[in-house]
Amino acid sequence: MSVQIPPTERLRTDTIQINMGPHHPSTHGVFRMVLTLDGETVVDLEPRFGYLHRGIEKTAEERTYVQNVPFTDRLDYICGITNNWAYALALEKLAGIEVPERAEYIRVILGELTRVMNHMLAIGFLWNDLGATTFTPVVYAFRERERILDLIEMAAGSRMMPSYIRAGGVVADLPEEFMPRLQKLVPHLKRFIDEMDTMLTKNEIFRARAVGVGVLKAKDAINAGISGPVLRASGVPYDIRKVDSYSIYDRFDFEVPVHTAGDVYARYLQRLAEARQSLRIIEQAMRDIPEGPVTSLPYKQLSRLKPPKGEAYGRIESPKGELGFYLVSDGSNKPYRFRIRSTSLLNLTLLREMCIGHKVADVVTILGSIDITLGDVDR
Amino acid sequence: MLTHEEILSRLRERFPEAVLDVPEGMIDFTIVIAPQAWHDVALFLRDELGYDFLTNVTAVDWPDRFEVVYHLYGVQAGHPLLTIKLPVTDKENPVVPSVVDVWRSADFQEREEYDLMGIRFEGHPNLKRIMMWEGYEGHPLRKDFQNRTYSYAELEPTRKATPDW
Amino acid sequence: MPAMNDEEIPRNILLTTVDAVYNWGRRGSTWPVMFGLACCAIEMIAAACARYDIARFGMELFRPSPRQADLLIVNGTITQKMAPQVLRIYNQMAEPKYVIAMGSCAISGGMFTSYAVLQGIDEIIPVDVYIPGCPPRPEALVYGFMKLHEKIMKQSIKTVPWFAKEPAVRPAPQPQPASE
Repeated sequence: MSVQIPPTERLRTDTIQINMGPHHPSTHGVFRMVLTLDGETVVDLEPRFGYLHRGIEKTAEERTYVQNVPFTDRLDYICGITNNWAYALALEKLAGIEVPERAEYIRVILGELTRVMNHMLAIGFLWNDLGATTFTPVVYAFRERERILDLIEMAAGSRMMPSYIRAGGVVADLPEEFMPRLQKLVPHLKRFIDEMDTMLTKNEIFRARAVGVGVLKAKDAINAGISGPVLRASGVPYDIRKVDSYSIYDRFDFEVPVHTAGDVYARYLQRLAEARQSLRIIEQAMRDIPEGPVTSLPYKQLSRLKPPKGEAYGRIESPKGELGFYLVSDGSNKPYRFRIRSTSLLNLTLLREMCIGHKVADVVTILGSIDITLGDVDR
Repeated sequence: MLTHEEILSRLRERFPEAVLDVPEGMIDFTIVIAPQAWHDVALFLRDELGYDFLTNVTAVDWPDRFEVVYHLYGVQAGHPLLTIKLPVTDKENPVVPSVVDVWRSADFQEREEYDLMGIRFEGHPNLKRIMMWEGYEGHPLRKDFQNRTYSYAELEPTRKATPDW
Repeated sequence: MPAMNDEEIPRNILLTTVDAVYNWGRRGSTWPVMFGLACCAIEMIAAACARYDIARFGMELFRPSPRQADLLIVNGTITQKMAPQVLRIYNQMAEPKYVIAMGSCAISGGMFTSYAVLQGIDEIIPVDVYIPGCPPRPEALVYGFMKLHEKIMKQSIKTVPWFAKEPAVRPAPQPQPASE
C-alpha cells in the first residue's frame, strides 16, 4: 500500500549550514568553505581562506632581491620553476636586465616540463576528488612526476624548490646527461598522456559527473579575472605566451587549445591538450638550443642589485593561470613593495556561482577542476 | 588597440577633473585618477574603451599617502597593460570607492587590501578580513607595523574575541 | 595425541615479553592522519606513491578521521590562524598517538619569520621526531619513520604516557571555547 502525499501538503524543510575544511581529505590544502545546504543541494557557499597566510609580502620587504627568490618557490609549490620565472621577469623589467639566449631556451624547457607535470597532477587530484581515492590516478601522475623531478634536480639541485631561474638568466648550466635523458623522456611522456587519455576520457561515470557541472561562461570569466586553463576551457583564447610574447615564445610553433563548454569535463580536456602542446614546444627547444653563457648577472652582482627608483608589473602564463609580480623600488637593495598577483585567488572568485544548484559531491569536483594551490591563494 | 594619447584624450574629454597626472618615465603607462571619480571612470574604461580584465588591485604605503594601484588589460580587444593609481592622502581614514560591481575580480583583492593595509572600500558587499581572523588587531602591511614573530599565547586574546573563525 | 618432538618446539612456540609484542603491534602499522598543510605535504604524498613506497611500513593508509589514526605528521607552515585547528586534531586523536614535525616550518617556523607564522609546532603539541629539510626528501621522511619505529620499540608499558597515573609530559594546552 503506497501513501500518496497530496501536492498541496509539502513538508517544511530547513537549510543546514555545514563546514568543509580547513582539514578535509581533498588534498588541495587548508581551504575552508561554509556551505548552506537544502538537502544535498548547495544553496550558498562562502569560501574562507587565510589558513596558510605566511606574510610573504611583508617579510620580503626586509630581504634583498636575491633573498626573495626562495619565497617565490613556495608560492605555488607544485610548480616552483614558473614562480621563479615570473619574479625574474618582473625584476628584469624593473632593472632593465638582458637575458642570454641559452638561458631563455633552458627556461622554456624547464617551464614547459613544469607545465606538463602540473597538468598531470591536476588530473590526478581531480580524479582523487571524484572518488577514485586511495590514490590510483595520483600514483600514476606521481610516477611521471618523479621522472620530471629527476631532470629538475639534475639542473637545479633540488627537487621541489629549485630557485633556479633568477634575474639575468639561470643559476648554472645544464649538466651533460640532461639532454640525452630529456630526449628519452619526451616520447615517454607523450605515450603517458595518451595512456591517461585512453583510460580516463571516455569513462561513463566521469562523463556523467563532469559534463554540465560547474559551468563558467566566458563573459563572467573575463570579468572575474580568471586566467589559465579555466579561462580557455570557457571559450576565450587568451594565452599570455601568445599575447605578451615574453621570453622567446614567438619563435615556437604551438597552438592554444580552446574548449567552449566551460564545465569540469572541458577543463580536464583542456589540460590534456595543453600538456601535448607543451611537449611540442620542448621538442622544438631541444632542437634549437644554442651554446653560450647562461646568465648575464652573476651572483656577486645580483646580490648587490639596486634597481633604479620605479615600479614594474611582470606576468607569465604559469600552469594555473596568470602569475604576476608588481615590484616597487625606492632605489635601495630591498623592495619597497613586493606584491604577488596570485593565480589561484582570482580563479576562486566565482566558486560560489559555479557551485550553486549542484550537490555537495559536485563542490569537491568543481574545486578540483579549478586546480588551486593554497600557497598561492594565501601567500 | 588604443594608443596612450587616445586613451588620455578620451578620458580627459569625458572626465575633465578626474585625470590628475600622467607621470613621466614610468616603465608601464600610468594614469593617476582622483578617488572620487574612480567608479565612473571604471565604468567608462570597461564599457567604452574595452578594458574588461582587471588583473591586480594593490596598495602601496608611502610616507605621505596611500596609493591604490589597479592593473587593467583588454582581453577581447587585445589592449596592453594600463595602470591606474588613486592617491589617498588621508592616512587616518583611507576610503576609496569599490569597483566590485564593475569587475568581479576586485572582490577578494579589495578585502585583502582592507585586511592588510586598512583601506576601506565603499560599496563592497562583504568587507571583512580575509587573511587574518576577525578579531585580529592591526594592519600588517603598513610600514609602521613592526614585523616580528608572535607566540601562540600572545595572540590568544584576539582569538577569543571572534565568534566563528 | 601425538607427542611433540624436541625439534618442533622451537618452531612452533615463541617466548617473548609483553613489551615486545605490544610495541611490535603498534609500530607495524602506524596510520597517519590525512593532514597536509603546505609544500611538505606533496613530498609526503610522493613518499606514499610508487617510488618511495611507505606501504612497506604499513603506513600507506591515510585516515581522514583523526579518531582512527595513530600518527600526526605536521607538514607545512603552521600559521597563527591554523594553529588552533592543528591542536583540535591532535586532541581528537585517540591514544597511543605520535607526532612527527616534518620540514623546517613545522620545527621552527622555517624561513617565514613573520607576524602570521607560529614558530614551530612544539609550542603547542609534544613532538616525537623532527625531520629537517625544506622540503625533506621522501627518503628523509622514510628515515624519520624508521627513527619513530625505533622509538616505539624502546617504549615500555610501564612508562608510556597514556597508561601513567600522572601525565609524564606536559599536557597540550586546550583551546579556549569560542564565546558565542
